[in-house]
Amino acid sequence: MTILEFVEGPGFYVSGTIFALAALWRLAGIIRLGKKKDIAPARGSAFTGFLKGNLRHFFPRGLFAQRTWMHLLGGYGFHLGLFALLLFAAPHIAFAEKLWGIELWPAMPRWAFIITAEVAFAGLIVLWVRRFSDPVMRLISDWDDHIGSWLTFLVMLTGCLALQESHDALRALHMGFVDIWLIYFPFSRLMHSFTFFLSRGATGASYGRKGMTP
Amino acid sequence: MTEVSQTAVDILLKQTDVDIASYLEACVHCGECAEACHFYQASKDPKHTPTYKLQPLVKAYKRHKAPLRGVLSILGLTPPEVTEDELREWEPLVYDSCTMCGRCTLVCPMGIDIAGTIRKMREGYAAAGIVPEGLNVARANVERTSSPMGVTAKALLAQIKHQEKDTGLEIPVDVAGVDYLAIFSSHEIMASPEIIGAYARIMKRAGLTWTVSTEAYEATNVGVQIGSGPLAKQLVERVVNEAERLGVKYVIAPECGHAYGAIRWAGPNLVGRPFKFEVLHIVELLDKLRREGKIPPGTKDGRKMTLHDPCQLIRRGGVLKEPRRLLSDSATNFVEMKGAGIANLCCGGGGGVSANERAEELRLKAFEQKLKQIDDIGGVEAVVIPCANCRGVFEDGIDEYEADFEVISLSQLVADTMKDA
Repeated sequence: MTILEFVEGPGFYVSGTIFALAALWRLAGIIRLGKKKDIAPARGSAFTGFLKGNLRHFFPRGLFAQRTWMHLLGGYGFHLGLFALLLFAAPHIAFAEKLWGIELWPAMPRWAFIITAEVAFAGLIVLWVRRFSDPVMRLISDWDDHIGSWLTFLVMLTGCLALQESHDALRALHMGFVDIWLIYFPFSRLMHSFTFFLSRGATGASYGRKGMTP
Repeated sequence: MTEVSQTAVDILLKQTDVDIASYLEACVHCGECAEACHFYQASKDPKHTPTYKLQPLVKAYKRHKAPLRGVLSILGLTPPEVTEDELREWEPLVYDSCTMCGRCTLVCPMGIDIAGTIRKMREGYAAAGIVPEGLNVARANVERTSSPMGVTAKALLAQIKHQEKDTGLEIPVDVAGVDYLAIFSSHEIMASPEIIGAYARIMKRAGLTWTVSTEAYEATNVGVQIGSGPLAKQLVERVVNEAERLGVKYVIAPECGHAYGAIRWAGPNLVGRPFKFEVLHIVELLDKLRREGKIPPGTKDGRKMTLHDPCQLIRRGGVLKEPRRLLSDSATNFVEMKGAGIANLCCGGGGGVSANERAEELRLKAFEQKLKQIDDIGGVEAVVIPCANCRGVFEDGIDEYEADFEVISLSQLVADTMKDA
């Protein structure tokens, strides 16, 4: 078995399984903590608040946008770029089709891939540079923030190197980092990809009962 | 671990339910919350970043309660135990530099309720006895008189007598079977007792039956400010028991932001059962009476006025439109501040900060942000504030910065401008 066969085969299955089980374990562990029922008479709906809270925080408030524009651009650029690459990059679609044996959606053209990757890289670099250049972020950041940023960066970088799919070594390098990233993910702050809806929802529900959407 | 840190950590962990855990898990350390915090904006000290104030709780959670901590512990990746020194080091961040105003939640991409989490953290601190001296004094006063300023029933009755003389109206005391029980904050009773007279005029005009109680006159809940659930419960129970003994249909929460939240939103949960009466904020009641035509507007106040939104009433209380409707009816020149409403800046003295002398310098510095909001409007002659605590903080700030505007109560304004019968 070659290294490429390992990282795309057993390595990927093991890391994917760890990712799925540990992420579910972590989410279930949070949810099972439960909470006491709120018996104060409600002025509005907690359920509507949960949904509204989740949607509202996708959009920055105008009052703060001018101060936090760099974060907004970096954050949106990186996240949208990453998701576009993950879902629409031709090699990803081909890999998933082979894995699941079903036909998926059309891939983005090569020029779109390059632009998207540049936007995602720029966003990630802006966020990471702020992490050590901004006094607030420097104080509150820990090793997990830096490792998460670096691993994601390396996954993206090696993904671009492997774009031609002409060198097995480069493709193996990319898949190797993907496997490591998948294992690291559920134990790290990268889990915010899933926990954000609980957090926004909790606040939204609490405020929704009071008839507000923060 | 010392006994103090063990007690604090035990309570911190007990307070960590699914909501708090979600907040601690979702924070991505982006630091956006600093941009919304008046204390950070005033000091520019990164330590005043709201999420940083949660560190002891984050550490305790990761070490003792977070899912997958077992695996991380084997790898040596869980944080060390929270120490007493660390808890004490964080105490000024938890009590002096957070008014639990909740503005940081607005800017947080994860929607984290840092204010609510600080409230839970204070439970651990209060249980361990790590509390600022000013709040301990307030607590001692409450245990002696039920009032954080030590206002006794005798002092209340003296103020009521003065108001009866000033208004020519009888102010009912300890009367059973009426519809409304009015409770006040110490600040109102001692610093602006004319509000009691204003209530009397409004109730008379609206034809409502009401009473003040010598058993339950104090609305301020120091337990909520310190973070002591048992004390908060005791203070809410005092009002609940008296309201139910008198058989009132409504308890009117006064112009005091956190007092409203303490009885309206936290109250039933603290007591552990629904009340046999409804809680209305005085502003909600006035708005209801106005819309029912029971207190029609009369001659409006012509001064240029703006409205300060008390955080616990507006952002965290849900009473957003009512004060605006009342003010529009009562003033000819009402102008909103930039960011008015849900995003308005805190005065800097909520959440017990105004009772904490150690925090005075930082509080006054934070008030400059508020002052700027008002100055930006230009030519404001009066700021209407439906919170007695905020009014006190404003009065301190006006003295400190020699500002030239008046602060007035919304209820007082409504009483002064309503049409005579």
